Amino acid sequence: MNKKTLTIGEVQSSLREGRTTATALAETHLAAIAAGDGEIGSFLTVTRERALAKAAQIDRLVEKGDPLPPLAGVPVGIKDVLMTAGERTTAGSKFLDKFVAPYDATSVARLESAGAVCLGKLNCDEFAMGSSNENSAFYPVHNPRDTTRVPGGSSGGSAASVAAGFAVATLGSDTGGSIRQPASFCGVVGVLPTYGRVSRYGLIAFASSLDHVGPLANTVEDAATVLEVISGRDPLDSTSVAAPVPGFAAECGREVKGLRVGLPKEYFAPGLDDETRSAIERQVDGLRRAGCKIVEITLPHTEYAIPVYYIVATAEASANLARFDGVRYTSRSAHVKTLADMYRKSRDEGFGAEVKRRILLGTYVLSAGYYDAYYRKAQQVRALLLRDFQQAFAQVDAIVTPVTPTAAFKLGEKTGDPMEMYLSDIYTVTANLVGVPGISLPCGNNQQGLPLGIQVLGKHFDEGTVLRLASAIECNQK
Amino acid sequence: MKVTEKDVTYVADLANLELTPDESQRMVADLNSILGHMDQLNRLDTSGVEPLAELVSSFAPAGGEDFAYAQRADEVRPGLTREAALANAPDTDGTCFRVPKVIER
Repeated sequence: MNKKTLTIGEVQSSLREGRTTATALAETHLAAIAAGDGEIGSFLTVTRERALAKAAQIDRLVEKGDPLPPLAGVPVGIKDVLMTAGERTTAGSKFLDKFVAPYDATSVARLESAGAVCLGKLNCDEFAMGSSNENSAFYPVHNPRDTTRVPGGSSGGSAASVAAGFAVATLGSDTGGSIRQPASFCGVVGVLPTYGRVSRYGLIAFASSLDHVGPLANTVEDAATVLEVISGRDPLDSTSVAAPVPGFAAECGREVKGLRVGLPKEYFAPGLDDETRSAIERQVDGLRRAGCKIVEITLPHTEYAIPVYYIVATAEASANLARFDGVRYTSRSAHVKTLADMYRKSRDEGFGAEVKRRILLGTYVLSAGYYDAYYRKAQQVRALLLRDFQQAFAQVDAIVTPVTPTAAFKLGEKTGDPMEMYLSDIYTVTANLVGVPGISLPCGNNQQGLPLGIQVLGKHFDEGTVLRLASAIECNQK
Repeated sequence: MKVTEKDVTYVADLANLELTPDESQRMVADLNSILGHMDQLNRLDTSGVEPLAELVSSFAPAGGEDFAYAQRADEVRPGLTREAALANAPDTDGTCFRVPKVIER
């Protein structure tokens, strides 16, 4: 069995047929991490004991012949912004270097109740702020497809570990593209659920009106299976919604004939790299041949999405990160005399440059005299962006776009200019601003052999159509 | 609007951040570049547009009071123990978080 193409279905059948055990699978994956992750840097913490305890539990179920839960024995990794009880949870920040989570995030608890074997905690940009994983306070992640390149961010470890075959599926978080963009750069599948679909209890908050938890995996079906497990109302997160959770995995392979697919002209404007454009056009042709109706649409406020996003996200971040004050969460500067000293010095020593930049920016746009010009204005334009999508979805069932303007860039290539890095999020931030679900999946390689991605966006709570189209695009490439 | 070093110092103060002179200069340049880009929002006329602060209400089904933001019954439920809540603190006296002296006499 080739570990790089192991799917959830293959794990399940080999367990049931006795061809392997959950313990053997966990050991194989832990060994692969020990041997290969030095070069990639996708794990911050390996949770060996937790993995082997869970694997043993699954093996006992198999021995007894009990029915297996949907993720039985599946080796998974968790982005280090999600709490794992009793395990180090850092958010990629020096501030939380020694923080041990006191409880499990709901998404983690649901994965493990479904039988998943948690191998460890995955590297990410500090507090999920970044598009390249170079803002991790510990070490950057290297793209397994070309280790001189970034894996994307902020869920860089979540995407790279799947691409490297260290984990079959992972959890990430997406505030402006942080699942979809690294999935695209590493050649894997990443899902942004509808806002409210997946509980965020136990997610270290970055920007609460934009944060989502979602899965990454090698195939659309695997991502759908994990999504199904983690979705649904959670009494511990009042922003999680009571919408029924349909069978997402069952959407894979269903016919797409008759679906209306929109191509927003603003997403194919100059600035998009030619190879990505033609790779997407090939997939659109495939959908047309499969009976989809392709419609050109307009999302007229697209060009304003980046400024709106970076105003709203940093404003919310400046409030959310106020809790890191040197009192409760492990880090306090030594040699402080006064309370004010303690706040300032602890935050100065604990936060990296990008986090400070965003806190300052967020504080600035919320400050007296600028609130109306920036924050209120951004919320008004956010309403216009939502209106764009509502109008588009009156004409089409789903929207197809690029994920990123280019394939993965080199480490160090964009670290000099924060604005240039922000602009690379152009195709992903809007979904977060309007709360619609989306998926990023591979659509071939460029001439350098780097993966290219395609994004499908859907109506609120219509992950089903998104997954069905993504599955058709995936099949078309086989 | 041009951000000056004075503005950065003021905002850093509001945010409880201490910046070195080098960091402060870098932030002046970065904030000007980023805010310069954000100023393009001023090209849009948004008069009469209601600001969108949260999403769920915009797509909750009609009559779906329980769809989101549902409130639970006001009853005592288990939470973190004191020990667990204090476990990550840099300094405690065993029952409370301990911080530097707040009021000087």
